[in-house]
Amino acid sequence: MPGKTTGLLVAIGLGMALAAAPASAQNKELITGAPAEILAMTCAGCHGPDGASGGPATPNIGGLSKEYFLEVMEGFASGEVPSTIMGRIAKGYTKEEIALLADYFSKKPYVPAKQAFDAELAKKGKKLHEKYCEKCHSEGGKKPEEDSGILAGQWMPYLHFTLTDFLNGDREMTKKMKRKVEKLKAKEGMAGFEALLNYYASQQ
Amino acid sequence: MKGTFDRRQLLKATGAAAAVGVVGMPGLALGASKKVVVVGGGPGGATCARYLKIFDPGIEVTLIEPKTHYYTCFMSNEVLGGHRSIDSIKFGYDGLKKAGINVVHDTVTAIDPEKKVVRTKGGQEFAYDRCVVSPGIDFRFETIEGYDEAATKTVPHAWKAGEQTMILRKQLEEMKDGGVVVICAPPNPFRCPPGPYERASQIASYLKKAKPKSKVIILDPKEKFSKMGLFTAAWEKFYGYKTDNAMIEWHGAAEEAGVVKVDVANRTVTTKFGEEVKADVLNVIPAQKAGKIAHDAGLTNDSGWCPIDLHTFESTIHKNIHVIGDASIAKGMPKSGYAANSEAKVCAASIAALLNGKTPPPPSYVNTCYSIAAEDWGFSVAAVYRLAKDGSKIVKVSGGLTPKDAPPEYYKREMLYAHSWFVNITRDIFGL
Repeated sequence: MPGKTTGLLVAIGLGMALAAAPASAQNKELITGAPAEILAMTCAGCHGPDGASGGPATPNIGGLSKEYFLEVMEGFASGEVPSTIMGRIAKGYTKEEIALLADYFSKKPYVPAKQAFDAELAKKGKKLHEKYCEKCHSEGGKKPEEDSGILAGQWMPYLHFTLTDFLNGDREMTKKMKRKVEKLKAKEGMAGFEALLNYYASQQ
Repeated sequence: MKGTFDRRQLLKATGAAAAVGVVGMPGLALGASKKVVVVGGGPGGATCARYLKIFDPGIEVTLIEPKTHYYTCFMSNEVLGGHRSIDSIKFGYDGLKKAGINVVHDTVTAIDPEKKVVRTKGGQEFAYDRCVVSPGIDFRFETIEGYDEAATKTVPHAWKAGEQTMILRKQLEEMKDGGVVVICAPPNPFRCPPGPYERASQIASYLKKAKPKSKVIILDPKEKFSKMGLFTAAWEKFYGYKTDNAMIEWHGAAEEAGVVKVDVANRTVTTKFGEEVKADVLNVIPAQKAGKIAHDAGLTNDSGWCPIDLHTFESTIHKNIHVIGDASIAKGMPKSGYAANSEAKVCAASIAALLNGKTPPPPSYVNTCYSIAAEDWGFSVAAVYRLAKDGSKIVKVSGGLTPKDAPPEYYKREMLYAHSWFVNITRDIFGL
């Protein structure tokens, strides 16, 4: 019967001659030119197939904006964005490869995490989000903004970690975000952030 | 080549890709048979079967695995530590079946490389265009006097998870306070380099709470081991390592501590040096080799492991048979579950290309080994790899260890990421 090559094989145009990628001092003797799908499948072990993570902490990366993905991966590689594993991993991909990955994952569905949350806190969090965060993290934090991750439906422990890093100063906030975060902290305390995170978790 | 093909149909179906993909490949017969038989349903085999279907749904994939459920070795140490149930590491094959893979529960007894046929214990025969062999490991019992397959029922290795894990856990539960657990670590190369040391840590974490007068002794033929600095730092922090009240002791090559003899009935081992060590619970992890079918099918060399092409994982001994995971000599990568899963994908991409008359795509590989040494104390070694142009080695291009001076919050996050890795990789492997 005629082969049904409508799967990934075709999508990645397998069969092109091994790309004679421009040799750089770093990878002169290595085979380069892996297409997006080949690069992306190395991420599934930790981030889940197509970047839909089953948690409890490793974040969803499917559906992120290209720009944000690129920014964060470059931040991991440079150390500007703190991490445990990702700094060591991100350095293994060239800028071009990260761009391929960013494009690939941006086209994948974002699958909100199925996790427990406190409904009361979520209600409070919704109001706080609308007041302090909606302007930049629009649609309740669902929109894949250019300069931020998707907050709605992200794994809570991960949101905790990144928020801690922002509040500590280990990770830089934009001036705008810093102002809003400090206002929220002053008015509501850490309980305010707990409410926010529960609101994001509630969006499943 | 069998079957008919319609070039116009192919070009229509492949669209833009055709401009690059089909040019220069005259006589591409779309109707050619695309049958792959995968031997072994662990992290290597199951991943390979799933990704073959993802790369080309037109490939007929049969997976042959004796067990109806697979127990992952990874996280089995947490079962031993009492932090996780045995059921949480148990996985079935419904996910693979849903993906259109023909799952056969039988044991492969022979692979005929000329006729391209796989034969099973149950008398079945499966023809293949490509065969993937992912049989894991077997033990070199002959390297330890007095230790054999029968002995594993009372002196478990628990280096294949499931029943063995439960035998060891039960023995730990029944051990009296003040008892001695002895772990005999294997020589290189072996499955899961940090495994024996995570095991010692997990057992110590259980004993610290339940039987605090007890201790764990590791007898090791090696000079050093994976993540040694991180493990010994954790043992100092949590288990009194190198103090009078140490819950963990490690003895290595400098003391000729490798075990050469086991008295199973008395749970006593003899080291190379000649010292006798008596255990209340004895865990022997012998030297290893490729899983049985790899030997029976003539896929191994003198080392006891399978030489392969590092791009396609095709055996350098028998054409059209590919070997992945622990059994393979994937030079540059460790023998781990994550490595098997990574190699499986590269292998699947290569086979899918070859079955369609195309060149295997440039590969990328990854491995991250997480170890959980205590509550909220996880650490890792990670690496990203590319293949050397001359095909000689899978080369690490980045990676490294958890920094020794990282704050406790870092180790806490690593533990949660380790648990997340477990959830996600098992989804990737079993498709559930």
